[in-house]
Amino acid sequence: MTSALLFACVGAILFALGLAGVALIGHLLRRIFAFNVMGSGTFLILVGLAQRHGSADPVPQAMVLTGIVVAVAATALALALTRRLHALTGKLELPADEP
Amino acid sequence: MKVQRVFKRFVVGSAALAFSVLLIGVMLEPPAAGVDLRAAVSANLAVSGVAHPVTAVLLNFRGYDTLLEIAVLLLALIVILASGLEALSSRPRAVDPVLQTLAQLAAPSMIVVAVYLLWAGAFRPGGAFQAGAVLAAAGVLLHLTGLLPGWQAPTLKLRLGLTAGLLIFLAIAAAVLSQGALMQYPPRQAGMLILLIEAGFTVSLGLILAGLFLFISRDPGDPT
Repeated sequence: MTSALLFACVGAILFALGLAGVALIGHLLRRIFAFNVMGSGTFLILVGLAQRHGSADPVPQAMVLTGIVVAVAATALALALTRRLHALTGKLELPADEP
Repeated sequence: MKVQRVFKRFVVGSAALAFSVLLIGVMLEPPAAGVDLRAAVSANLAVSGVAHPVTAVLLNFRGYDTLLEIAVLLLALIVILASGLEALSSRPRAVDPVLQTLAQLAAPSMIVVAVYLLWAGAFRPGGAFQAGAVLAAAGVLLHLTGLLPGWQAPTLKLRLGLTAGLLIFLAIAAAVLSQGALMQYPPRQAGMLILLIEAGFTVSLGLILAGLFLFISRDPGDPT
């Protein structure tokens, strides 16, 4: 197993962890974190799998670079909406997730 | 209720485990890639206008993605502004004067680093994204040390800065439409055009990323 393949496998585990987190965690901040863990897993798979034969492939790297910036923007948007929800209702959980 | 939650946890946990095992199993023995773009990228690198393959892909071969990306960033910022903001600072009340001095010293050098990263992107890892991120970090650092107030509403100058990257990119894309395909730069001017786009990108990206923080964090009495 090359180190690039190891990156991809870690990415798969991170993706699954994040997926489980998004499904199970009610607290919105932690859910946003879980979503980001999922995204990082995807990036690792893309970059890792593409360079499993040794040389780096610039196309997935460029896609991941674009993805990282978009993920930052999406996270900021999610955080702003969470904060708005907190300001309006005083809660950090979606109504459907309340115990 | 409690049994239900434990059950849900069990189902989701085992599904995630099965998924990761399956995915790793597939990745260990992947089929040969249907297309190999590496050869295409290195064959066309000479006419892309830059010497670094990632920058060539981002700004030339897949320029369309990058154009949409800056549009998505701008959209995210507009939605945040439109969703309504409470004046709620995330800045600490008391700021250490040593920290403040250090931030004052760091900010100018961060701008220099951003310009270097922008320039280096043509031939080594670097480019507009990294440069913009460093600029945004400088803005957030200055805000957190109490030197830069949060932004209230975007002024005309700020709006121009936020949209400059997208507008420059759109203008260049429209100007080179006569080449036939969307964003197909003439090889001789490609380097110049890419540098121009990246410069606009760096400024806009820095302002947008900083804005994602600074529009949200502000004191009730902060000036615009």
